[in-house]
Amino acid sequence: MSILTPIRGTARIYTVNPVAKLAAALLLSGFLIVTIDWVSAAVALVLESLLFANAGLDGRAFFRRTAAIWIAAPLAGLTTLLYGVQDGRTYVELWLIHISDGSIVLAIATVLRILAIGLPAVVLFATIDPTDLADGLAQVWHLPSRFVLGALAGLRLISLFLDDWRQLELARRARGLGDTGRVRRFAGQAFALLVLSLRRGSKLATAMEARGFGGSITRTWARESVFGSREWLLVAIGASIGAIALATSIATGAVRFVVG
Amino acid sequence: MPAQGGISGPAAEARVTGRERVVTRAPSSGRKGTSVHSTIENQGAKPFTRRRGSLRWRVVDIVVAAVIGVAAGLIFWVWNLTYTPLSAPLEALLPGAQSLLYGVWLFAGVLGGLIIRKPGAALFTELVAATVSALVGTQWGPLTLVSGLVQGLGAELVFAIFLYANYRVYVAVLAGAGAGLAMGINDSILWYAGTGADFKTIYIVCAVIGGALVAGLLSWVVVRALARTGALSRFAAGREVTARS
Amino acid sequence: MPIGTHGEDTAAARDERAAAGLRAENWGWRHAGRSSWALRGLDLVIEPGERVLLLGASGAGKSTLMHAFAGVLGGADEGEEEGELLVGGRRPEETRGRVGLVLQDPDSQIVLARVGDDVAFGCENLGVPRDEIWPRVGKALAEVGLDLALDRPTSALSGGQKQRVALAGVIAMRPDVVLLDEPTANLDPAGVVEVRDAVAGVVRASNATFVVIEHRVDVWLDVVDRVIVLEPGGGVLADGDPATVLRERGEELAAGGVWVPGADPLGGGPARERPVLERAVTHPLLLEAAALAVERVPGTVVADCIDVRVRAGEATAVTGPNGAGKSTLALTLAGLIPRAGGTLVATPELSGVDPADGVPPRPRLLRLGRWRHDVTPAADPARWTSRALLTRIGTVFQDPEHQFVSGSVRGELEVSLRALRLPPEEIAERVADVAGRLRLEELLDANPYTLSGGEKRRLSVASALVARPRILVLDEPTFGQDSRTWAELVRLLGEQLDRGTAVVAVTHDRAFIEALADQVLEVGGS
Repeated sequence: MSILTPIRGTARIYTVNPVAKLAAALLLSGFLIVTIDWVSAAVALVLESLLFANAGLDGRAFFRRTAAIWIAAPLAGLTTLLYGVQDGRTYVELWLIHISDGSIVLAIATVLRILAIGLPAVVLFATIDPTDLADGLAQVWHLPSRFVLGALAGLRLISLFLDDWRQLELARRARGLGDTGRVRRFAGQAFALLVLSLRRGSKLATAMEARGFGGSITRTWARESVFGSREWLLVAIGASIGAIALATSIATGAVRFVVG
Repeated sequence: MPAQGGISGPAAEARVTGRERVVTRAPSSGRKGTSVHSTIENQGAKPFTRRRGSLRWRVVDIVVAAVIGVAAGLIFWVWNLTYTPLSAPLEALLPGAQSLLYGVWLFAGVLGGLIIRKPGAALFTELVAATVSALVGTQWGPLTLVSGLVQGLGAELVFAIFLYANYRVYVAVLAGAGAGLAMGINDSILWYAGTGADFKTIYIVCAVIGGALVAGLLSWVVVRALARTGALSRFAAGREVTARS
Repeated sequence: MPIGTHGEDTAAARDERAAAGLRAENWGWRHAGRSSWALRGLDLVIEPGERVLLLGASGAGKSTLMHAFAGVLGGADEGEEEGELLVGGRRPEETRGRVGLVLQDPDSQIVLARVGDDVAFGCENLGVPRDEIWPRVGKALAEVGLDLALDRPTSALSGGQKQRVALAGVIAMRPDVVLLDEPTANLDPAGVVEVRDAVAGVVRASNATFVVIEHRVDVWLDVVDRVIVLEPGGGVLADGDPATVLRERGEELAAGGVWVPGADPLGGGPARERPVLERAVTHPLLLEAAALAVERVPGTVVADCIDVRVRAGEATAVTGPNGAGKSTLALTLAGLIPRAGGTLVATPELSGVDPADGVPPRPRLLRLGRWRHDVTPAADPARWTSRALLTRIGTVFQDPEHQFVSGSVRGELEVSLRALRLPPEEIAERVADVAGRLRLEELLDANPYTLSGGEKRRLSVASALVARPRILVLDEPTFGQDSRTWAELVRLLGEQLDRGTAVVAVTHDRAFIEALADQVLEVGGS
């Protein structure tokens, strides 16, 4: 499936170690999660958007990959608008719904915050190749290799499962079940997919064991995962955007921490 | 390849006597990783078995846990595309109650825990599922990974409390509830930070209920159904059910 | 030379090492939770460097034995073992990596996303140093005749290429024993030849011991120098050079489902009774495609300019190279996916509806599809409801498991009849009838997923036939079947044709086409 295929090209960002991208995205999120105010989110968004141009995605790819966030952010904002903490003037009051000055401000902050957290992560993830990520997780972060590689091997099956899902859907139409009961059909297909996946998983495990996987020998790595200055730079950028955003919001007095 | 799903001798016998019988095997000579089986013969109306296998992960455990996670991630993805029409009316009826339906996102961990029966299985499976939905594309970006971690931990803790030795229905329900609680708290901080206490309370309570029912009870039922297909023949979770039915 | 565990092996020493022999002494295995033994009391010696074809009826435990030699049966957790099994004088668990295993399903044994990485995977697990891995990978790929870029995605490979990548991954590990468990069962004829030739090349170049399991004997006769036939439940039925074993045991093997060269699975009789010409004249047209273009993903046409007429009682075989869009064509003809262009018209004879009146509601599932309006809805199978489709066009998918929707064989057979809202008595009657004809009576309460491969195939055909469709569309119905199931299936379809059902089958199977087809539709290729 195309969306799973990493975007590739010649730009620098493509060759940066995926664990650095993951770390940068998580660090940035870490700063933004602790606050819910529009200043920190807006500052982060502005700084991020300066970098999106260098992210290795053209405009079309950018909006295609991030489409879901553009939909989700206003929805979460709407929830906050309706049920947000009451403060200042109240405009509408209906059972649990209170639209007030406070909830309006919070709603704006929520929308910006989700964009500021979500967009850079999707952009960074879009250029990650799962195999390279697994190499990084096992070699740089020293996560247990059996689990990392097991997950990677499982991940490869995803395109098979997508094909399976389509076949399952067509088969239900062929069997006379295609006209009604969408939820029931979803459940049935989900179950069938689980059966198929367990079968495939068991066979894959056997194939991997037959190639010496999970044995007692210390494994070597055909591909070396390097974590050098470029990686540190990316992590530093991620952390500084978060730190600057947070500092600005504290300095302007707009800061509002989530807890406490 | 299992050729037949017929009734085997000992199982048929067990049904006649109304008492669970577990085929105990002599451990093969001098091999590592021999499992410990203990059979508890319950005199009550409802027989039960407690089996505790080796807690070391086999390759098949790892790969199947990952694959369950991948399939679940895909199911999440389809669910993400379909659930809004269902959750919107719920939300309109009782704000926060939409989390009742979010239990679907929690089933991977409980299912993984119930099938694999190893420490970390729930966590690993839910994390893989979250990774897949993050890769396929969700509106929640990499924070899906954080959600996966937290939700997986919620279920994992419950299995740990029962020392990875009890996988009966109430444990499954508690694990689902644990995952639901973890999700409720996590979401209140991450996504609904600006909402009032009423909303948060309803949201968390409904998350726990949804988790218990959808992720807990439903996963337990699904494991039994999966076992009947023979797909779990390499797992104690599968052999227990087929030996009984 | 003493043979150590592979922890002590240096890669250099491996190169020099002689092949290892295989030995089973009164060996048996019972899968955990089963009451019967998969194999028991087996005595067998395979000398180092021998090339062996392992035969036996389905369920004779061939795969179990092979998995055991490869050390991947799972140990005490997963079953009970008795007797002794040795690879080069050691227990298989201690020699993992020295025994390479290639399995049947191409999709389930590719581990990684890129060709080079996948071939390197085994070497990494054996602790081969990085500098040495890549030369080994290149050499292994050359040996199996694959000239592919190392970063080529494995998902883009054909089945035959995938199997050769798996074989390359195995030989890059420099094993002493190579085991092949039905390596060509899931491949089309071209893929079979590809893989067989690759194996033959590897066998010539190496001194490793080779053992292959396969139903199709003719494929491997030139490669092997010994044939061993296992008895169901354990023991050796026959053992010797290929010619002798086939001469003495050929009939027995053929009866057990093995494809013995020269033996006709149909026993010389015709699959159908009525001659072709008579049928063509008397039976009416049901479905007609003109300049039809088909697509799976909207916007990506995989085959076009297809003209075909489907008549009652007539068999149409759809053939062509891999990726030519045969399956997509079948799904389109079956009314499951909308066409991309051209016309596909069901006659009133098939739809039972005059195109001028009666417009059934558009199926929900396909509401988002793009529609051309040059055909009335009643004549376009893709616009029929799922229920209306049942009695008109039945579909049998390539993988039977895709179409299972119920927890029992009985439930499977009843599903479509319930959707048709037939009275309970008629449902019971039809289920009993079709179960009887397809030998499923004994299995009615079994879970469909637990059936054997041949049984699953019979069930998938039965569950389509039970609704009595006028057209039966099948995708690779004989794929990977043993000769017994094959013959059953061909006879059954012949019977359906004689009753006036039209059959459209996507197939690579020459024998199947010869036995049944009235017309052959070649898709793609030049």
